[in-house]
Amino acid sequence: MPLEPGTRVRVKTMTPPGHIRTPFYLRGKTGAVERVLGPFANPEELAYGQDGRALPLYRVRFRMADVWADATTPTDTIDAEIYAHWLEPA
Amino acid sequence: MPHDHPDHDDHLSPSGHPYRPDQDTGLSYWQVMEIATRELMIEKGVVTAGEVAAQVEAMDARSPAQGAAVVARAWTDPDFRERLLADGSAACAEMGFDVGPMRLIAVENDAATHNVVVCTLCSCYPRNLLGLPPDWYKSRAYRSRTVREPRKVLAEFGLDLPEDVTVRVHDSTADMRYLVVPARPAGTEGMDEVALADLVTRDSMIGVGIAKTP
Repeated sequence: MPLEPGTRVRVKTMTPPGHIRTPFYLRGKTGAVERVLGPFANPEELAYGQDGRALPLYRVRFRMADVWADATTPTDTIDAEIYAHWLEPA
Repeated sequence: MPHDHPDHDDHLSPSGHPYRPDQDTGLSYWQVMEIATRELMIEKGVVTAGEVAAQVEAMDARSPAQGAAVVARAWTDPDFRERLLADGSAACAEMGFDVGPMRLIAVENDAATHNVVVCTLCSCYPRNLLGLPPDWYKSRAYRSRTVREPRKVLAEFGLDLPEDVTVRVHDSTADMRYLVVPARPAGTEGMDEVALADLVTRDSMIGVGIAKTP
C-alpha cells in the first residue's frame, strides 16, 4: 500500500554503496508525502544492468527548519523525489 | 581578426578576451568510455554515426520555445492550466510536445508562492521543453546553494522576494522533471497566446526569474 499524501516520513540514514538518488543532505530528515508518483524502477538496480524492481516513488516535502538547523526562513520548503525503500514512518 | 597565438604578452586576444587553451591534455576516462560505447554501437549496427550526429544537432537546436508556449496556454486557458498542473506530461503531449521518457511536473507561482528548480545530484532539466540547461544550472554553487539558501541565490538573480512569499525548492532527484509556470504579468489582459509566449523567459521557467512585462 503506497503511503497517503500528508504521511510523515523520515529518510533513512543508510549510506549504501553504488548509484544512489537520495541526496545526502536529506538523510535522517523528516518531511511529509506531498504526492505519490510511483511505481518507478529502482535506479540503484538499473544502474548495474538489472531490471530494476518497481517501487513507489514519493515527492516528500521538507520544511527548511527540518533540514537546516539555522534556517532563517523556516517555513520555506524543499521537495524531493524519494523511493519507498528510503523512507520510514516518522 | 582573431588569432590563437598562446604566448601573447598580455594573454588577451585583440578583442580583449583571454585565450582559451587548446585541449591538448588527452581524454578523460569518461570521454574514452563514451567514444568506445558509441563506436561499438555503430559497429554493431545499433545506430549510425549520422543518427548520432543528427540527435546531437536536434538536442543543440532545442530552445525554451516549447516551454514558453505551454506557459502561455496555461495563462489563457484555465482548463488547460488545470490539466497541466495535474499531469504535465499529458498536457504537453496535447500540444504535440514530447517531454521525453521522464514525467513532467508543472508548479505554479502566485502571490503567495515562488517555486524554483534545482538538481542537487547532477543536472536533471526538462531539456525537451527548455533546451540545453545554462552552465550555471550545472554548477556546484547553484546546485548546493539553492537548497541551502534559496533566497540569497534568487536575490543574486535579481529576485528579492518578500517574506510573506513562501519559497518552494524542487530538487529534481529522480524520474520527474519540473517546469515552473511563472505568474502572468499585469497589463497583459488583451494579449494573445503567441504574444504572451514572448514574455516567458527560460529563467522564469526554472524559477530564478519572473516573466517579462510588455
